[in-house]
Amino acid sequence: MLANDRNLFRVFLITAAVFVSWIALLTRAAIEVPESNAAVNAAQRADGLAAWNQVYSVLTSPRCINCHTATNYPQQGDDRHRHFANVIRGAAGKGVPALNCVSCHQHTNADSTGVPGGPDWHLAPLSMRWQDMNDQPLSSAAVCRAVTDRSRNENMDGPALLKHHEEAALVLWAWNPGRRPDGTARTAPPLTHAEFVAATRRWVDAGTPCPKGR
Amino acid sequence: MATFQLTVNGQRKEVDVDASTPLLWVLREDLKMTGTKYGCGISACGACTVHVDGVATRSCVVPVSLIGNRPIVTIEGVAQDPMGRKVQDAWVEKDVVQCGYCQSGQIMSAVALLKANPKPTDQNIEESMGGNLCRCATYVRIREAIKSASQQLT
Repeated sequence: MLANDRNLFRVFLITAAVFVSWIALLTRAAIEVPESNAAVNAAQRADGLAAWNQVYSVLTSPRCINCHTATNYPQQGDDRHRHFANVIRGAAGKGVPALNCVSCHQHTNADSTGVPGGPDWHLAPLSMRWQDMNDQPLSSAAVCRAVTDRSRNENMDGPALLKHHEEAALVLWAWNPGRRPDGTARTAPPLTHAEFVAATRRWVDAGTPCPKGR
Repeated sequence: MATFQLTVNGQRKEVDVDASTPLLWVLREDLKMTGTKYGCGISACGACTVHVDGVATRSCVVPVSLIGNRPIVTIEGVAQDPMGRKVQDAWVEKDVVQCGYCQSGQIMSAVALLKANPKPTDQNIEESMGGNLCRCATYVRIREAIKSASQQLT
């Protein structure tokens, strides 16, 4: 009987050890799963923010931001000076009667006279201003909030933003900006259009994360 | 060189010019319509303003190749339009002109303004006419003439 009891006790101990080990493994696994998701989420967000920084570098380049002003006028040139000839925004962002954007800017670039052009040349709406009233670019966080706010961005979600960056005529113009009046080529944004679209796609795939801060 | 068919003041015209030639020089040199003036050549002064498909357009910076089939109206033809006639009459009534060099552009811009906004405020006038420069500084009389023409529209 004693031998049987010892054997039973050994079996019990082994079973208990196996059970405890199994529980411990399960518990560890249970703890590790959310840690893994968090790590993935953090990595995805970091990648999305890195992609956004690339997008931001394009949006704040002169070819884009010159028509995303907060003021009553567009800008021009790489130094982003106020548009000459007393050009003003007008109610619809298309200038005013007798001085519309299309009074000079035709449907395509006029390289012989140095006037840039594209379909329906106009200013971005004030809801899409990416500058302050002193003509300084807003922070990355502020521009990101504006771009992702569907009450301000013509109700565009992530895929719509991607499509806008891929296809909108005046977006595409930035990579075909024509020649200045002196015949030299206008500066293009810091990324190629393909790189810009790829960065936008990464940012959208990551859930359009925005940097924290003002 | 290329051939372009233009409609100017209701008449069909054919010109054989370099595609990059600004509309201003096609009007003045090829069609001998010298009412439209060359001022700055960079769209900064408004002396070259004509209407292209009803839009006040700076003809000195628009290559003729970009006009397409849009109709053109110049100072020579603007009086064919009742609004244009009223504005020109108001210009005479208020004796706006001093040296006169910029005035064809001023009138073309004023007509475009009144067609879009028959009852412009002083601010509307200043904004819309702000791109038309006058070295004789006839701005006060220009504003009076626009208001006079506006009153005659009722």
